[in-house]
Amino acid sequence: MKPLSLPVSADVVAESWEIRIDKEADIIAVRQLVRELTKAHKFDQFATAALATAASELSRNVWVHAKSGQASVRVLRSERVGLELAFVDQGPGIANLELALAGGYSTANSLGLGLSGTRRLVDEFHIETKPGFGTTIVIRKWKRDF
Amino acid sequence: MPSGTIPILKIGSTLLATIQIDLHDTVVDAFQNDVLEEIEKTAASGLIIDISALEAVDSYVARMLANTGKMAKLMGAETVIVGMRPAVAATLVRMGYFMSGIRTALSLQEGLEIQDNRSKDRNAE
Repeated sequence: MKPLSLPVSADVVAESWEIRIDKEADIIAVRQLVRELTKAHKFDQFATAALATAASELSRNVWVHAKSGQASVRVLRSERVGLELAFVDQGPGIANLELALAGGYSTANSLGLGLSGTRRLVDEFHIETKPGFGTTIVIRKWKRDF
Repeated sequence: MPSGTIPILKIGSTLLATIQIDLHDTVVDAFQNDVLEEIEKTAASGLIIDISALEAVDSYVARMLANTGKMAKLMGAETVIVGMRPAVAATLVRMGYFMSGIRTALSLQEGLEIQDNRSKDRNAE
């Protein structure tokens, strides 16, 4: 499955990191990197918690369902600053995406809120999945200037 | 990581567990077992879990906290979660997780007062 391509905006990738997910500790590594970046770029505590939680949910999905995958973390910068997280795995994919996005559906004894909950925490949520081939998820959240 | 990484103290008839580190899933599971064993060992009637150091609580940790409360209740101990940060509360509810059935308090002080009153009520019965 080819990686998901997003509509390219004027947002420039200012910084970029790759983390391989193939053990439980990698969930923390992704979460910590995201938290460091949100702090470095002065996201507020709500955006920091939302992004750290989203990073945790999505990297755990990779670990639990696919056993391995790749997390990419990018700082986007133009007139606005945003964080983009991409998770790519070649795991089993999601058979019933509609149900998974509706929430309350779990195949791995979790809350079943991983996908539906994460979607509500971010500004942009893109998912591509094919049973037997894998899943790609890209999320973005923009820093708000009040 | 071995269990025992989250300190558990006894104050009167209440156990106080303070979560200070970024939790590995395995630590989360070990913590749950540790707390339940400690309740049995000390015959504590109350449990306070202080999460004021946590900047983010994902669904895994939220579920563990709620389940720990349910397990403690089955054993006869009441749980109060204290110190949840504004951003953590906002994130959990936005995700659709309401921590229903779990008692919470703003601060450790307030949590201790709740446990104290509960303990007095119990003794008065």
